[in-house]
Amino acid sequence: MLIGYFTERPYRSVPEEEVFKNRSFFGLSNRFFDPVKGSEDYRYYIEEYKYAEELGFDLVALNEHHGNPFCLGSVMNVEAAVLAYATKKVRIVLIGNPLPVLKHPLRMAEELAEIDLISQGRLVTGWVRGAGSEQFFNNANPAYNRELFNEAHDFIIQAWTRPGPFRYEGEHFHYRHVNPWALPYQKPHPPIWIPGILSPETVRWCAEHRYPYIGLGTELGPTCDLWDIYADEAVKYGYQAGTENFGYLLPTVVAETDEKAHALAQNFIFGGGQNAFALPEYAMPAGYNSKTAIRMLAKQPTGSWLGVSGDNLQRLTKEEQRGGVDYSEVKKKLDAGLRRIEGRLQLVAGSPKTVLEKVKVILSVLRPGVFIMFNVQGPASNEQRMGNMRMFAREVMPALREYGREIGLLDAFQKEPGSTRLAAGAARGAVNDREPLYELGLYRRPEQRPQA
Amino acid sequence: MTTVSEETIQAAGAELVIVKGGSGRPLLIFHDEMGYTGWMTWNEELALDRTLLIPLQPGFGKTPRLNWVRTYRDLAGYYSQVVRELKLEPLEAVGFSAGGFIAAEMLAADPKIFRRLVLVAPMGIKPAQGEILDFFPLSVRAHLRATVADPEGTPEFGKIYGGEMTPAQFEAFEDARAETSRLGWEPYMHNPSLPHLLRGIGTPTLLVWGSKDQVVPRGCIEAYQKALGAAQVVEIPGAGHRPEIERPLEFVKAVSKFLAG
Repeated sequence: MLIGYFTERPYRSVPEEEVFKNRSFFGLSNRFFDPVKGSEDYRYYIEEYKYAEELGFDLVALNEHHGNPFCLGSVMNVEAAVLAYATKKVRIVLIGNPLPVLKHPLRMAEELAEIDLISQGRLVTGWVRGAGSEQFFNNANPAYNRELFNEAHDFIIQAWTRPGPFRYEGEHFHYRHVNPWALPYQKPHPPIWIPGILSPETVRWCAEHRYPYIGLGTELGPTCDLWDIYADEAVKYGYQAGTENFGYLLPTVVAETDEKAHALAQNFIFGGGQNAFALPEYAMPAGYNSKTAIRMLAKQPTGSWLGVSGDNLQRLTKEEQRGGVDYSEVKKKLDAGLRRIEGRLQLVAGSPKTVLEKVKVILSVLRPGVFIMFNVQGPASNEQRMGNMRMFAREVMPALREYGREIGLLDAFQKEPGSTRLAAGAARGAVNDREPLYELGLYRRPEQRPQA
Repeated sequence: MTTVSEETIQAAGAELVIVKGGSGRPLLIFHDEMGYTGWMTWNEELALDRTLLIPLQPGFGKTPRLNWVRTYRDLAGYYSQVVRELKLEPLEAVGFSAGGFIAAEMLAADPKIFRRLVLVAPMGIKPAQGEILDFFPLSVRAHLRATVADPEGTPEFGKIYGGEMTPAQFEAFEDARAETSRLGWEPYMHNPSLPHLLRGIGTPTLLVWGSKDQVVPRGCIEAYQKALGAAQVVEIPGAGHRPEIERPLEFVKAVSKFLAG
């Protein structure tokens, strides 16, 4: 089992009230960016990842978002390149490069190869479709998002594995001279892990390619369902999915007491937290969702974000225009939301004992080969952030490793994903265990769920 | 009341759904980027002496999407094939908003295809001044409201969009938005070469624009005038982007007069 460290690298000097006024992080004017503070943050986060290595984490994970103080990693490969040289043994996991919005897969193949070479084979690369807001920021046509993703992926694999020069003329990408000189250190290419937030299409695609899927703090019950979709799909490709096919990333806060941890966890709801990442209309651009997803959304009760109901048309707009929001009320609601998320184990905050117990439950349910700790958002100080990491690494990690061994959580390096063959017609084994969720009241048994 | 039918035809190698109503010489109608809204007053009035043919844009739900169509010019090429196959040319046409973009592309490629053409608040050319509203980062509600100057004072706006939205409507909007994104995301709802290709085309063209249009700026009308040379302009005071439902009688009067000319 691998234990990793992740942070969104928030820009910590953003005025919270401005985020509230803007109703989201995305779209907040860059006049609030201070280059001196920004520089300090970028340099600190490099140090922080180095500290993660020192503390014994097996991997450091980076992600990328654009035009958003929520995450400073707007060109993640730059940070990955710095870490490739500044660290010695941790794996550098990219979760992930938003292929459809970057528009230049040959350049991506070259950048990643360089990172893998500088790190001497420590790169684990991952791809994402990019959040809705990224499509706007990069002017990437959302209606072609999935096509661009698939084609860019297929092309990069070719660029890494097929001797050049060769000519490539696809649907969306065209290169008449493919021959990247610098090829990856790892053969045939760096491992690929795919992060996601509950898209069945992505999960099926991962299963087809035998890529481990990393759940990004998603609700445990639906995550179990997703694991099953993966495992069912794997059967079609003749293999039994196992712990090596799954990973899970979890917002984690450890402090001396539960109270102190909860106080630090407040940083996760700074400015509205994840829910304020982008406004709904930026989150679901035209054509970005599959037909299946659209049909599911269409069945939501009326009053969804579109709200085109004739009677509500006027009322909603007038409320918006009135403005004058009471932020203390907003904060109370956010705190209640934080506690609900904690209750569902989508965020774990507490003393080492509390955190260990809860994370063990999660591991027993999801059986991931990789567990990634996600450090706090918001304006937490360097010492608060490092304190959280230190306490997790020293007082939780050793027991977690032991537990992982005990319940047989093998990671993708200990066991090759897709290597357990399954004979045609043979029944597959379980990849998760929902029983603890049922017992904790966090998921309903199938027979208790309302019929769709 | 005119009898309105919906027919599925095989045209230009694909299936196309066409709404048809009225009697008399055919008048081809290109609906806008949000899709066909249903038969309104302006349809009824124009259908008194014309047969309205309203193709439902491929990919907007009813007519299957054409995978090879990636731009408005591609789509215009497809529609031109349909017109030729149905032996309708030369004919008169009215295009609304992005539908105007389609019609203008057809005209640029084949100046003889239309006898007369009406472009209502057309997209397609980068405005000399101002910008075409970027509706993709708007909720459908905000987008729809921006299409009329006075949503509450426009009865037909309420008729089209009032009441609770059904799952089918939600899906239709998403289909329309997705297909519009495929064709018009970049360059945003215009084609830089279109004004050059329209140069010197003498087809009589009427440009209709509401003085309170928040979607297509007056600069688009000016750009079309410049490209086409001799287009007529009718400005409807107080109307927004949809003069056909905001001021149906003024709209019909202007269009009928032009078509009769």
